[in-house]
Amino acid sequence: MMKPWKAVKRLVPLFAMLALLLSACGREDLSVLRPQGPVAEGQLGLIKLSITIMIVVMLIVFGIAAYVWIKYRRKPGQNDIPKQVEGNHKLEIIWTAIPLVLVLILAVATVQKVFAFGEDYSKDANAVKVKVTSHLFWWEFTYPDYGITTAQDMIIPTGKKIALELKTADVLHSFWVPSLGGKTDTNTDGTINKAWLEATNEGVYLGKCAELCGKSHAFMEFKVKAVSPESFDRWVEAMKAPVQTIQDPAVAEVFKTQCLSCHAIGDQGGPLGPNLTGIGSRETVASILHNAEASGKPIDGKPVKDNLVEWLTDPQKVKPGNKMPNPKEDLGLTDAEIEAIADYLANSKLSY
Amino acid sequence: MDWLTTVDHKKIAILYLVAGGLFFGIGGIEALLIRVQLAKPMNDFVSAQQFNELITMHGTTMIFLGVMPVIFALMNAVIPLQIGARDVAFPFLNALGFWTFLFGGLLLNLSWLMGGAPDAGWTSYTPLSSTTYSLTHGVDFYTIGLQIAGLGTLIGGINFLATIITMRAPGMSFMRMPMFTWTTFVTSAMILFAFPAITVGLVLLTFDRILGANFFNVESGGNPVLWQHIFWIFGHPEVYILILPAFGVISEVVSTFSRKRLFGYSSMVFATILIAFLGFMVWAHHMFTTGMGPVANALFSIATMLIAVPTGIKIFNWLFTMWGGQIRFTTANLFASGFIPTFVMGGVTGVMLASAPADYQYHDTYFVVAHFHYVIVGGLVLGLFAGLHYWWPKMFGRVLNEKLGKWEFWTFIIGFHMTFFVQHFLGLLGMQRRVFTYLPNQGFDLLNLISTIGAFLMGVGVILFLVNIAITARQPKGVPGDVWEDGRTLEWSIASPPEEYNFKQIPLVRGIDAFWKEKMAGNKEMTPAEPVGPIHMPSPTILPFIMSVGLFIAGLGFMFANDDFGNGAMNFLFNNYIVVGLGLAITFLSMLLRSLFDDHGWHIEPDELNGKEVKA
Repeated sequence: MMKPWKAVKRLVPLFAMLALLLSACGREDLSVLRPQGPVAEGQLGLIKLSITIMIVVMLIVFGIAAYVWIKYRRKPGQNDIPKQVEGNHKLEIIWTAIPLVLVLILAVATVQKVFAFGEDYSKDANAVKVKVTSHLFWWEFTYPDYGITTAQDMIIPTGKKIALELKTADVLHSFWVPSLGGKTDTNTDGTINKAWLEATNEGVYLGKCAELCGKSHAFMEFKVKAVSPESFDRWVEAMKAPVQTIQDPAVAEVFKTQCLSCHAIGDQGGPLGPNLTGIGSRETVASILHNAEASGKPIDGKPVKDNLVEWLTDPQKVKPGNKMPNPKEDLGLTDAEIEAIADYLANSKLSY
Repeated sequence: MDWLTTVDHKKIAILYLVAGGLFFGIGGIEALLIRVQLAKPMNDFVSAQQFNELITMHGTTMIFLGVMPVIFALMNAVIPLQIGARDVAFPFLNALGFWTFLFGGLLLNLSWLMGGAPDAGWTSYTPLSSTTYSLTHGVDFYTIGLQIAGLGTLIGGINFLATIITMRAPGMSFMRMPMFTWTTFVTSAMILFAFPAITVGLVLLTFDRILGANFFNVESGGNPVLWQHIFWIFGHPEVYILILPAFGVISEVVSTFSRKRLFGYSSMVFATILIAFLGFMVWAHHMFTTGMGPVANALFSIATMLIAVPTGIKIFNWLFTMWGGQIRFTTANLFASGFIPTFVMGGVTGVMLASAPADYQYHDTYFVVAHFHYVIVGGLVLGLFAGLHYWWPKMFGRVLNEKLGKWEFWTFIIGFHMTFFVQHFLGLLGMQRRVFTYLPNQGFDLLNLISTIGAFLMGVGVILFLVNIAITARQPKGVPGDVWEDGRTLEWSIASPPEEYNFKQIPLVRGIDAFWKEKMAGNKEMTPAEPVGPIHMPSPTILPFIMSVGLFIAGLGFMFANDDFGNGAMNFLFNNYIVVGLGLAITFLSMLLRSLFDDHGWHIEPDELNGKEVKA
């Protein structure tokens, strides 16, 4: 018969290995365990408090269990009948009262934070307001105070509260930037949510959709790019500046009739697809093809133009289930036109 | 044929076990396919669509068709014996419950062959599950399959409530009932209150999808968040419906193999009822990120944390049952012992999740996946394995091979911790759940690989269990009634397997752990509470089977009511609801038959009882 301590012996190296492995705590721009702003810090604080209490509880339970398993094994030839104990009021009160106290400690901390993170900063003059709209399978960010709209990369100034208003254009999604703060669902009209976050340091943080939304749920990523307040102001100006048009009139016409019927660039085009203003200086194409020119988070990719060509050649292959028509089959674009449009978009950059 | 018409609780238990085992196997294969897909980043073993179908069917199958029936198998096999009854209160309903469950389950799984499985997750959140975004009939299979299967569960729950209330042997007061009977009782009460919620929810979703209703359609004034509330008002009690019977099993096994009575019996009963009560008060903790506002989040946080208290009481009671005992590590007790620390780990992450602001980070990540697999697999499934090894001799008259049992336990539990322990960290490192793949270089790769290897080790454990069953089935029958020698409750006082009528004479219960009490008083058998007399038995009947077939046909007919088959005859039959009518007619005619012709059953006469074999 396998003895219990053998199991312990087997598991110890496994867990030790894991502990070592996890000492890194994951990526700075992605892990819950390496917070980069006050919201995520507060949440990690709660996680730490609760896990500390829970480890104590576990050690007590495991300790008692190990003790009884070893001490009270039935020995060969042991035939007397053990004393049939009905219970013990003192013990039972202890193990009812102590957990109750532990739970209350956690409850107090929880309630404080629930209200702190539930604060509405949308009326705060110092806060930057961003309306987040989720779509299958991309993110739209509108800055109502500045009258600008962008997609996939949310640019925010450091050290300021960002007041978010979140809703969806289709199915439910959930907005999550682990290193800056927990998630908020993007619901349909009628149940629109508010939330806030703040980035202490400049950097690019990885964001994800956390609610199953269809085929490309896994690819519905986005980035939050925290820049200095001055740089943020320059970005706002650059977003508002007039956009250069395509030189070749034939391609310009195709771009206008086929692309701008859904997408917008600068002050032209429609609101159905992601806004393309400054797409050449974004982190990704279609949130999943990472650009070599960008921060390389989490992976280095190909040059932005190659990514654009790959995307425009067959969007379904890159991101199954997305809503974009196939430029070649559905919209009748030629390879040369795709090449030219990709070239134009790749050079549509913003300096800030 | 005997199996199609049986109303004997012991045979229905075996039917539940076989059907539940089958679906458990299907769910397990789905789990392994999921893990293969996630073994490395940017894998293309299955497509995004197939992956969503796999996760949906894995969750739905495991919960509704895998573990629930195995729980019902144990309840059916054990409850009438534990309370000293000859059958359940409504043997006909018992059979009906099984067949509706089976046909509901078959209907759901037919979706794989008929145009695609449901793909909106086992929670089936709208609008993703609406016809706008889920284009196949998958979600229809989900709503209608679960509706039919859910009927079976509801029927079963009502049956056990009535059985336990009315059919306890003389002397067995409520506070003398074995713990497994208590948890079954409370579980059945929870089923009675929780399942109507999902029934209503499924009706609404079915109407939205098939009849064009607008309950969850925003444009017409519906609200998708409503579905979340309805689903979780059922869904949260459901997890307690799953775990409470396991608590009962552990209580029986730990006490028997420690040769001690259960420590703190009355506090155990109280804790069970409290968990059930609180279980209905906490559904919205699944919705902290939905945006209910700080007040609701705070209240549901606190309510959820409170559940830790009665659960803690149970854990300590088990530990102190063993304290001072003489513990034998049979396979059943190994599983029960493995349950305690594993379930505690699942419980503590539950308390962590209860803290709403922290949950904003955990929610819908692999941390949650790890948590609920710790409670459902590490809790419930280990409990079921313990129960199956413990009661197998009572059900089949043969003891499962102990040596192989040890191997099952160790492969399964090591595989389990390998699979799911690392997933806590995956979640904290930023991996959301239900993703069909992930980019490399995010720190997810190695942990996912470990998890996949662990999953296959668990698979080995399950296969060893099947091998064990096969080997054991070749052994000759005939083990003593009190096969573990330390049996405490009434089921061990009769033959293994019991005669068709269970008890020749209904026993007199003189205290808690009735059989143990008699043994301690030097008696070999229970003292009878009645003289030997004719025993009334229910007649076998095919009607429950036929009624379920009718529901199955009606369900299929309703689902395809709006389809164009490109064939005039088929279109006529389906689009005019003729198939639905036919199916319902079969069901209602069977009900009519059942109502008009009274079946008074039959009797086994006392002189037959003294003969060796009694056959129906």
